[in-house]
Amino acid sequence: MTNVIVARSVDEALATLSEAPDITILAGGTDLMVEINRGLRQLNSVIALAQVPELHRWSIGEDRLMIGAGVTYTTMLNTKLAQAAPALAQAARTVGSPPIRNAGTLGGNLGTASPAGDTLPVLAALNASIVLDGPSGERCLSLEEFMVGVKRTCLAPGELIKAVEMDHLSGGQEYLKIGPRNAMVISMAGVALAVDRKAKQVRCALGAVAANIPRASEAEAWVGERINWDSGTGVDSVLAQEFGQRMAAESSPIDDHRSTAAYRRHAVGVLAARALQRVFSEGTNGYV
Amino acid sequence: MSCLQAAVSAVEHTSVVIDTKERSRDRGVGADVSRPDGVPKVQGRFAFSSDLWADNFLWGHTLRSPHPSALISNIDIGPALAFGGVHAVLLASDVPGQLNFGLDHQDQPVLAADQVRYVGEPVALVAAEHPDIARRAAEAIVVNYEVIAPLTDSEAASEAPPMHPDGNVIRRLGIRHGDLSLTGEVVVEGSYEVGMQDQAFMGPESGMALPEEDGGVELFVSTQWLHVDRSQIAACLGLAEEQVRITLAGVGGAFGAREDLSLQVHLCLLAQHTQKPVKMVYSRDESFLGHVHRHPAKMCYRHHADRQGHLIKVEARIVLDGGAYASSSAAVIANASCFAAGPYKVLAAEVEGLAVRTNNPPCGAMRGFGAVQTCFAHEAQMDKLAAALGMDPVELRLLNALAPGDRLITGQVITGAFPVAEVIRQCAQAPSPVLPPTNDYRDLPGGSGRTTKAEDTVRGTGFAVGFKNLMFSEGFDDYSSAACRVSNGVATITCACAEVGQGFVTLAQQIARTELSVDEVILAPAQTVTSKSAGSTSASRQTWMSGGAVQAACRKVREQILSDVGAKWDVSPDGLVLRDGMVVCIDGQRQASLAQLTAEQDYEADVVFRHVPTQTLDENGQGNIHVSFACAAHRVIVDVDPDLGLVRVRDITTAQDVGRILNPTQALGQIEGGIAQGVGLALMEEIVLDDGLVRNNSFTDYVIPTTLDMPEVTIAAFIEEPEPGAPYGAKGIGEPPTISSSAAVAAAVRDATGLSLERIPIRPYDIALADH
Ligand SMILES: Cc1cc2nc3c(=O)[nH]c(=O)nc-3n(C[C@H](O)[C@H](O)[C@H](O)COP(=O)(O)OP(=O)(O)OC[C@H]3O[C@@H](n4cnc5c(N)ncnc54)[C@H](O)[C@@H]3O)c2cc1C
Repeated sequence: MTNVIVARSVDEALATLSEAPDITILAGGTDLMVEINRGLRQLNSVIALAQVPELHRWSIGEDRLMIGAGVTYTTMLNTKLAQAAPALAQAARTVGSPPIRNAGTLGGNLGTASPAGDTLPVLAALNASIVLDGPSGERCLSLEEFMVGVKRTCLAPGELIKAVEMDHLSGGQEYLKIGPRNAMVISMAGVALAVDRKAKQVRCALGAVAANIPRASEAEAWVGERINWDSGTGVDSVLAQEFGQRMAAESSPIDDHRSTAAYRRHAVGVLAARALQRVFSEGTNGYV
Repeated sequence: MSCLQAAVSAVEHTSVVIDTKERSRDRGVGADVSRPDGVPKVQGRFAFSSDLWADNFLWGHTLRSPHPSALISNIDIGPALAFGGVHAVLLASDVPGQLNFGLDHQDQPVLAADQVRYVGEPVALVAAEHPDIARRAAEAIVVNYEVIAPLTDSEAASEAPPMHPDGNVIRRLGIRHGDLSLTGEVVVEGSYEVGMQDQAFMGPESGMALPEEDGGVELFVSTQWLHVDRSQIAACLGLAEEQVRITLAGVGGAFGAREDLSLQVHLCLLAQHTQKPVKMVYSRDESFLGHVHRHPAKMCYRHHADRQGHLIKVEARIVLDGGAYASSSAAVIANASCFAAGPYKVLAAEVEGLAVRTNNPPCGAMRGFGAVQTCFAHEAQMDKLAAALGMDPVELRLLNALAPGDRLITGQVITGAFPVAEVIRQCAQAPSPVLPPTNDYRDLPGGSGRTTKAEDTVRGTGFAVGFKNLMFSEGFDDYSSAACRVSNGVATITCACAEVGQGFVTLAQQIARTELSVDEVILAPAQTVTSKSAGSTSASRQTWMSGGAVQAACRKVREQILSDVGAKWDVSPDGLVLRDGMVVCIDGQRQASLAQLTAEQDYEADVVFRHVPTQTLDENGQGNIHVSFACAAHRVIVDVDPDLGLVRVRDITTAQDVGRILNPTQALGQIEGGIAQGVGLALMEEIVLDDGLVRNNSFTDYVIPTTLDMPEVTIAAFIEEPEPGAPYGAKGIGEPPTISSSAAVAAAVRDATGLSLERIPIRPYDIALADH
């Protein structure tokens, strides 16, 4: 029989984790329960985080946002977070169905660390730091450092994800995702794009087209130089197309039962071009 | 397709208005009565077969083959027996009776003995005190496999070395009709392919078997046909049929996938061996491996027409991949072949149908039963032909529409109602919905992924017509049975008809109310001990067959009551009617309450109901093999994002030949559900196979339409032309919505993109990466 401990605070959770480092963390359960039902995971004991108030907190600062690991997709969609990080809200909207969005959490998406996880490209584009806490104290990691492979993280025994901090930007943002139907899908290709007006940067990251969540830094630099940052102009369809091709070149997709590498690469190009045009389209000028 | 309307504008709009209020008064036939199991299902209170429980029961688990083709050299069950809590581990050698089962041919082992022929084939069974123990013990069984290269190409199968003692050809049939030397002035050709669809029911295979004192077994299971399960189980267990007592447990959908046995024999074997109740529930992953699928099809077509568009000749070669075992493949290929030309008049036809064995998962019955695959092909051909002729595609279909008195390509003359032209007209002339450009992502291709704006889309309209047979064909002795008893004014109906969602539970009550003028109708559980066979809940047949049996049983009871009352009052029974729970003499002088009459004496009747007999096909594929037909037409509007290959179906308008509507909401439910399954096949639903391995046996990766994939369904018309011989003239409604909806969606995507798209499901890359 599986033993379930319901933690009431981060300290309590950490104490339990340090005593039993092989205990499994349960947040919304929307990944974990699926794995258990499919017999892919054996559990000895479980620590549930849903009752830890600190993990549900979020705050909007001038330059950075803080989102607790236990914040659900519904919260990312229905609170001021949706204006502060529009691409995150867009990514949250693509996740599952309303019941999944009510239960599923940001921490869980990170914990699963799937290249198809929908918040991950947004976090990468927003220069997120993942705040971990554990036996040897707190540490902050970039997504690149945190996610070391397909469904592999660098969480040490006894550690948990406490929160995620990310940039609060003033420019436009887009998250576009393709799946095999129009809702409730695992991503076949996803593009996150965020405009950082202050730094005069376009930031892009890709989902479901590599073993990690690549930032398309060459395409970012290329397009950043071609935009007139004072007027927010310079993006026409020719530029967008070329940007798309450069983005596609930075993906390294595979063939699998969900789609083909060729389609995924093509899709990245189309999505990136559209995302760029949307944030720099007339009336918004990337400055929404 | 702007001239769609023009083609039919001359025809008067005569859509049928159903006066549900009038019919609802007595909650009888035609009334909008709600399902007795509807509210419990929505509230989660309905007991499905996975909810069964008994004292001290054990959990069963099946060990399945991981290989599509392998010889078994040795099986060591020792490690499984070593688990605490394991009560039985069974192999093929433990099967006491017949080693094989099957619907048509007994060619499928209950458990594989020395060879496995598909991924998921059952090899061993475990019963244990906890489902996890059963699963882990099963995984501990050591099976030594000698892997063989699988045969997975259906087109190579008939020439390949046999992978089964019965050979690789399950059935080959030829249809040769008319003067085959005829040719047309206009000829179009195409090669078409349909992927492997799954029924994707929500309630996984589950049931419970209990040992009985007489050495028999009692089984509660979700199935489509209790009595055919019983005869197969009894044969495999070496029992008399009466020793196998089956009760229908709550069914969570079927769509054909429960016509074959899955866990039935396994459960009974485990219960017999352990002398304890045993329960099994397949996991979702296992369910995809544990039942038959829709046959993947490869089809080559050549249509000949004269310059005016009259069809001269249709040539077709159809190859269905039956997978490892026969299941109902022989009947499916017959349907695919017989309906290969569509609901059109053709002077000549030459069709070769071939159902083969491969090491792919077995295929069998699924809603539409062979007609779906060929409809996709013949409707694509009709559009091609229309384009070659420069003709409106709807006009071409109307010109060639079959009608009563015409012959099918099997030579059978259509008798009864068959309003093909009417469904085409009604569907085509229904006003097109107004669908202005939108930037609401929910109505755009890509949906919640926000990939697409209105300016990224192109619109297309497609039209398709399909038909199929109702009831079992080819000389099958097809019948149903029902009993009716009236006591204290309450009618009890007993029938073994499997309610799998089609709504028999509602219709049986409506029929009894109409026939007997009673208010309260009890439907007894469907059981083999209390009923003779009702036949299968498939082939759109139960409203006709079991509905017909219930109607006949009720009428017999009514006759008895009226004859007794007539004798008592010394009037002819012809002068008596049943009305509002009373027997009333038409002279207006006398009346008696039915409740009172049946309090003094129970009235009961038991009937077996058969449809007209059918023939078999002769060596030229000719014969009166079918009983009746139903048709439907679909018009589909799609928006396509050609750069990404994403599709949003915006509207589906349909007209369907229904005979007569017995329950409007249930009819609508069948039509909407059937269309959803058709949309799924056109755009997303496919079991992905990789050299015999199933790559997507989960609802994560086997995707079915969500509300953002399904459009509004507009009913242009229910065409109510009563069918002679059917109770109240009602035809089965379940399958036609699935037959032509896939074809119409594909046609709409072709119209939008200009691509030929000869394969369904259409994948995004088929559009986005197509060579233009
Ligand atoms: C029907 C359905 C649809 C879905 N659709 C999508 C989709 O469209 N896009 C998408 O990205 N995902 C989707 N998912 C997956 C899932 O909902 C998300 O990954 C979700 O974010 C997981 O969060 P959770 O809180 O449910 O995590 P859990 O299932 O509770 O946990 C997931 C993993 O993270 C670990 N974990 C959780 N919290 C912490 C923490 N604070 N510290 C350390 N480790 C932790 C757990 O131990 C576990 O390994 C879907 C799932 C389902 C069932």
